[in-house]
Amino acid sequence: MIKSDLKYTKDHEWVKVEGNKARIGISHHAQEAMGDVVFVELPEVGDEISQHDSFGTVESVKAVSDVYAPVSGKVVEINEALLDSPELINSDPYGEGWMIVIEVEDEGQLESLLSAEEYEAFLKEAE
Amino acid sequence: MTELKKTPLNEVHRALGAKMVDFGGWDMPVQYSGILEEHKAVRTKAGLFDVSHMGEIRVKGPDALKLVQKLITNDASKLSINQIQYAVFCLPSGGTVDDLLVYKVADDEYLLVVNASNTDKDYAWVAQHKDGYNVEIVNESADTAQIAIQGPYAEQILQGLTSTDLSAIKNYWFTYGQVDGVDCLISRTGYTGEDGFEIYCPPDKAVQLWNKMLSAGGDNILPCGLGARDTLRFEAKMPLYGHELGEDVTPLEAGLGRFVVLEKEDFIGKDALVAQKAAGIPRKVVGFEMIERGIARAGYPVKKDGQQIGHVTTGSFSPTLEKNLGLAILDTKYAEIGETITVEIRNKDVKAQIVRTPFYKREAK
Repeated sequence: MIKSDLKYTKDHEWVKVEGNKARIGISHHAQEAMGDVVFVELPEVGDEISQHDSFGTVESVKAVSDVYAPVSGKVVEINEALLDSPELINSDPYGEGWMIVIEVEDEGQLESLLSAEEYEAFLKEAE
Repeated sequence: MTELKKTPLNEVHRALGAKMVDFGGWDMPVQYSGILEEHKAVRTKAGLFDVSHMGEIRVKGPDALKLVQKLITNDASKLSINQIQYAVFCLPSGGTVDDLLVYKVADDEYLLVVNASNTDKDYAWVAQHKDGYNVEIVNESADTAQIAIQGPYAEQILQGLTSTDLSAIKNYWFTYGQVDGVDCLISRTGYTGEDGFEIYCPPDKAVQLWNKMLSAGGDNILPCGLGARDTLRFEAKMPLYGHELGEDVTPLEAGLGRFVVLEKEDFIGKDALVAQKAAGIPRKVVGFEMIERGIARAGYPVKKDGQQIGHVTTGSFSPTLEKNLGLAILDTKYAEIGETITVEIRNKDVKAQIVRTPFYKREAK
């Protein structure tokens, strides 16, 4: 399941551009591949993160996966609900399962993200 | 790359939509619907596992008991016919070759059930020590399929497919009987901490029995993969070779002292284990609960006051207790219940506390 109004990375994060902010989570494909998510680690509000750096981890019963920042910027919001209910990433990866909101430093970086069509093609290729 | 080995149920797993993984050279299902759901099914209803990859080694002949006694830490002379015992093969150093179940088939015949990834090593180990013993050793692994049905509903579901009175089989005993018309060995054993049975059958009957048990269980059974098998055995503190046990870990360190009968006549590793016990067991496998946020994973360092005192052997979210728990092998000095330790999780020290194990124990009937 891929949502057409979002952008994606090859590391399976999604980005929703909201003005100068970017809401970030992991894709439906990523959560499905991981299985039951049982633990999430997030940065703190105010943290500065750089594009491609790991900003948190998502752990399933069996595996630990890093989540990488699609763009650089300051963390302005984190989804605290995930700390108690990490399973939201499985049940609603594009909605309640969002992870953080970043204030985008360089809007040019958004250009490097994949469109829904490009991400879909990327997934097909990886199969 | 060598091709992965497949059990007779391989295609059934794929048809059920299982996620498959390489497990010690075997192409095995790690999960079907999801590890948490499968785990819960086994604790509350029933789960079905393909364990055909396990190894079966038969030791037969007038000296069968003598050879088995030389190879294992437990005392097989205590077994009655149709009884089963958990035991360990040790190296002369006391380190663990493998853990296994010993089935007493007859006074001159034993069936050793060993870990899948160790089967060839174990067979070679047994064969290597048979000189001077009047025995025949047969590796029956390829000719045996094995299905485990586990959980509080296991007996009820299986009873519908057999005329053998399952209630008469005690824990760690076995019998022969027909399941759905197929001649099987039925044992009341398992690796989940629940009541249940392991059914040994010819490989060409495995699909039939698997499908029958699933349909007989209806809504009360789920096919379960290795993922749930691991979280279930972990909660029950059953050791997993390569984690709590290995060639560098003795069964005494792993907390398996009650399966090591040092009073018994000579067995391989006895001298080392007697010496280790006399000198004080240096390390111990303990259970811990995370106090701060984080999941400990196998291999993570465990520290006390900044010094490493051991490492995590298994760590996971516990689906039944809904806590982040772990097993670790620690310097005995720090292995006391209640002791606070830290687990280094991705370069960060996270607090945990040593707690009593098993984490989960089913209520007696």
